[in-house]
Amino acid sequence: MVDWSRAQFALTAIYHWLFVPLTLGLGLILSIMETVYYKTGKTEWKRMTQFWMTLFGINFAIGIATGIILEFQFGTNWSNYSWFVGDIFGAPLAIEGILAFFMESTFIAVMFFGWNKVSKGFHLASTWLTVIGATISAIWILVANAWMQFPDGMTFNPITVRNEMTDFWSVLFSPVAINKFFHTVTSSWIIGAAFVIGISSWFILKNRELALARKSIQIAVIIGFAGTVLAIYTGDGSARQVAQKQPMKLAAMEGLYNGKTSNGLVLIGMLNPAKKSYDDAAKPFLFRVEIPYALSYLSFRDFKAFVPGITDLMNGGYAGITARGKQETTISVDEKMVRGRKALQALADFKRAKKANNDSLATVNRLILEKNYDYFGYGFIKDKKEVIPNVALTFYAFRIMVLLGFFFLVFFVLLWYMNHKDTLKNHKWLLWLSVLAIPLAYICSESGWIVAEVGRQPWVIQDIMPTFAAVSNIEVGSVQTTFFLFAILFAVLLIAEVSIMIKTIKKGPEDVH
Amino acid sequence: MDIAIFVLTLYKVTTYLIMKNNPVVSVIRFYYEGFRGMKLGKTLWLVILIKLFIMFVVLKIFFFPNILNSRFDTKEQRSEYVGNELIERK
Repeated sequence: MVDWSRAQFALTAIYHWLFVPLTLGLGLILSIMETVYYKTGKTEWKRMTQFWMTLFGINFAIGIATGIILEFQFGTNWSNYSWFVGDIFGAPLAIEGILAFFMESTFIAVMFFGWNKVSKGFHLASTWLTVIGATISAIWILVANAWMQFPDGMTFNPITVRNEMTDFWSVLFSPVAINKFFHTVTSSWIIGAAFVIGISSWFILKNRELALARKSIQIAVIIGFAGTVLAIYTGDGSARQVAQKQPMKLAAMEGLYNGKTSNGLVLIGMLNPAKKSYDDAAKPFLFRVEIPYALSYLSFRDFKAFVPGITDLMNGGYAGITARGKQETTISVDEKMVRGRKALQALADFKRAKKANNDSLATVNRLILEKNYDYFGYGFIKDKKEVIPNVALTFYAFRIMVLLGFFFLVFFVLLWYMNHKDTLKNHKWLLWLSVLAIPLAYICSESGWIVAEVGRQPWVIQDIMPTFAAVSNIEVGSVQTTFFLFAILFAVLLIAEVSIMIKTIKKGPEDVH
Repeated sequence: MDIAIFVLTLYKVTTYLIMKNNPVVSVIRFYYEGFRGMKLGKTLWLVILIKLFIMFVVLKIFFFPNILNSRFDTKEQRSEYVGNELIERK
């Protein structure tokens, strides 16, 4: 049940993430193009904007409601989880729905229907507000996801069995949420830029729409480069948050089993498939290339800092920093499991005491629960190795994301230079690379989500609730059925979208309307 | 007399609503003309409507009931259920 529910959520989330970044990235690019049209009055910019807006509309239409099915799953497959976090998730998702969707849906109509019907200024404002609305949507979803990675600003109520929000601002302005939001949005700009550059390059290869292609690339490379630089900066911030708040995720990202001071960062490497467990004798790597001291510095801004490995995290006993920034000697996973069981037992005893109207006993158990709540999720762990995520998937996904990220940094600079010199058409290999860059950008982005979400396993809420406590008590058959239904539906929709997109691209920009 | 005033008021409100410069009418006309003028948009809307039908009428109703809302009527019952679920899974 757990694995099928996780697989279904992963499938639907990965699918949803095919459309969102292009909305954000392409939306920004075409808003800039329309701004240029507004300022210059040149119809070539209007024609360009309308072409990219058509592709934006196709992506937007196919992407509609792909996020809603994630919410369907909360109520069906993850009912324990959705109840447990309802107070926290409810506010961000409600704000998203009321504010962001209404904003998007109102102004997108003006964006598509309003050419020649409203003033140029109003139309431009509507285009920008559509993109801003989409971006505001992203804030609230990412705030909710950030809370899963670093639960804060809440108190657990054993009477309602819910986490109740006590500090909205610490949830909204959580350092994890801030980094995550900017990293996600700026990485979306990379996808938007790669999309525009790839299609423009195709036009150049076909010797069509050369002026439109060059001008489109001119805008896209700047946004792409800015997005990459900012994504690297915020990615660094995110990794520092992970080092402090999710050290097991960082260890998995690095394939790090035995920590040390002055720890190097693995640039490239191959994990040893013979290593099955953190406590076996097999070496972790077949080979690796490291940047010396880099992991210590990037994690803790100290070249000599100790970065714990999986073994250190399992055994505890090293001087570390807690998720809330407190320096203390870390405890072992065994000890965390003991405290987690105490918390769960205290919950059971509290409920029993309440039923028996024994308030003093209820109070005693409530205090035990509160004292051990930080390890509540460990009470569900049967085998301590369950707290180790899939190291290989996390490790390779992280490398794919980072290496592609740096590829794009060089790529956008190269494209800018070649386009500036108007020599792109003489380098077919680069034009074809630009077309290939479209799926590479998606792979980069999806890899990032795999790092974030696979790396946090088994936790659906870090340290508080593992996935196997979060799933509903329902028949696995229904989850399997809907998994395949989604797979078929998504495949059909994706084929439809790509077909419509390719047909529209091949047709090319229309006359200004 | 009251009926006459009512009819007159209704006539005036209706006339106002169908006046050319009425903002409500302008918005409705804006959307109407926008949808009517769509070419590719019609195909996309068809895809959207089919997709929404499948998601909300088929999937949501038959495959994605809200477990807690469908099994329990009150918040107290839901919290009791989830509490027991968590305790039993330890």
